Amino acid sequence: MWVFLFFYAAIDNFVAQDRPNDGGGCIYLSWQRVVDTLIDGYVIFRRTIQDTAFTRIGFAGRYAVNFEDNTVVDSMKYIYQIAVLKQDSVYNHTLSNIVQSKAQFFHKGRINILFTIVLFTMLLGYFMTRARKGASLFIRKIAGLDAVEEAVGRATEMGRPILYVPGLGDIDFPSVIASMNILGEIARKSASYDNPLIVVNCYPVVYTVAREVVREAYTNEGRSDRYKDGYVRYLTESQFGYAAAINGIILRERPAANFFIGPFFAEALLIAETGNQIGAIQIAGTDQVLQLPFFVTACDYTLLGEEVYAASAYLTRDPVLVGSLKAQDAGKLLTLLVLILMTILTFLKINLISLIKVQ
Amino acid sequence: MKRKLPLGLCLLMGLLMMGQFFIPHPVSTKFNTLINKWVIVISAFALVLGIGNLSRHHIQIIQRSGPNRFYSLVTLLSMLGMAIIGIFFGIDEKSLYQKIFIHILTPLGATMFALLAYYMSSAAYRAFRARSIEAGLLLGSAFVVMIGFMPIGQLIHPIIPGLAEWLMKVPNMASQRGILFGVAFGAVATALKIILGIERSWLGGRD
Repeated sequence: MWVFLFFYAAIDNFVAQDRPNDGGGCIYLSWQRVVDTLIDGYVIFRRTIQDTAFTRIGFAGRYAVNFEDNTVVDSMKYIYQIAVLKQDSVYNHTLSNIVQSKAQFFHKGRINILFTIVLFTMLLGYFMTRARKGASLFIRKIAGLDAVEEAVGRATEMGRPILYVPGLGDIDFPSVIASMNILGEIARKSASYDNPLIVVNCYPVVYTVAREVVREAYTNEGRSDRYKDGYVRYLTESQFGYAAAINGIILRERPAANFFIGPFFAEALLIAETGNQIGAIQIAGTDQVLQLPFFVTACDYTLLGEEVYAASAYLTRDPVLVGSLKAQDAGKLLTLLVLILMTILTFLKINLISLIKVQ
Repeated sequence: MKRKLPLGLCLLMGLLMMGQFFIPHPVSTKFNTLINKWVIVISAFALVLGIGNLSRHHIQIIQRSGPNRFYSLVTLLSMLGMAIIGIFFGIDEKSLYQKIFIHILTPLGATMFALLAYYMSSAAYRAFRARSIEAGLLLGSAFVVMIGFMPIGQLIHPIIPGLAEWLMKVPNMASQRGILFGVAFGAVATALKIILGIERSWLGGRD
């Protein structure tokens, strides 16, 4: 019986190694699962090379093939032992190699990301240099951005304010940052037309940034005296409280032009539909794919995903920013080519997916 | 200096945080934790400014004695009331603060969310008026998806649920992924432009 168990419960390839790409303090153990499926699991023991006795440090289930020991001290040398547990008996002890953990200075699993960033930065540099030298760079028409001037002008003619909603995201959302860039341009136009602007925020940090953006835009247009504190408002962090407050502002102050640009979630349709009901010209833009259909339905113009990020360059026509747009397009083209290549290679049974896997 | 300082700080912090992503060493992790604590502190200061703005705005409305002053009064009293209850009577599980939150604020939020159904039907009516080929396609796909995900779809014809699933998994997913690619590149480009000081609109101008 014991011979039988010994034969079927052999633990092969028991290896202890420092877990790669971490900040230290962890040893990664791996082994080959034993054939006997009636075992209860594996008991893990550990000792330092100075100690003589092993201490039980953990247990892994019968289907486990690895274990992470997060209780080690960096630079100390350890030896591990694994044993099979079956019906309260522990047997077939297998020793590991000597191992020590250490903190890494570079995450090797992220080399692909670093490579992509460097490549993309080079593309940015290349296209911006071309733009600076006066090369003509074509950008396709974006109807939603062409309509900004019209919307601001309409609000001025009607003598009603412009409402700008930067969405339900804190300042760490890239689309909020893109939204602040667009706000800067709209605030400049609003200042030059001397039209009231209402910017409503749900996060305090976004509120302070928006306030500075609008104030600076008014100052740059030489209209700092026309800027009012009430233009940029802080409302609430509550999602539906925010939506209710915006609906209230739309119904009470009846803006002639509404801009909903940034990250939006379930409140998207609530506010866009209310704006639609009062007949305001509405321009929306979001990178939240699931909310795009709501905006397309309820707004006059919708910036789809990447168009939100292109807005600043499109509105300013600054050659350097336009150059960066071309870099974006080149990046997308390269990604597409890589994806097509990977697909073809996969069909040929050459799997290189691990090269583009993000860790 | 007014522009150089924020741009310099932005460049420095941007590069440090970018570097932090590639360095798993505890020094880097501690730096990240420290910065996150700073963010909390900065948010707290910003919250004071936000509450100041909210209070000032509503006090002005009350002072003007306009027709909407009652709403402003409710806003101010609610804000003040919750703050006092939270500070002096605690915010633990059985506190009055939590009771107000669970029994008043949560149902109010749910009410707003429930309104979405009505807004959705009015928006759907507009979207589904088959005035063009695109609107017709939209109407057709929406009809198939709606019927396909209901038990009646299977009863009408066994092919309908499969067709609905195909519409969601193939054309819908393909377009979503296309948009997401653009979004990802846009986000990276925006981040790089801001870190490198190329994009300056967030400073209120281009100069």
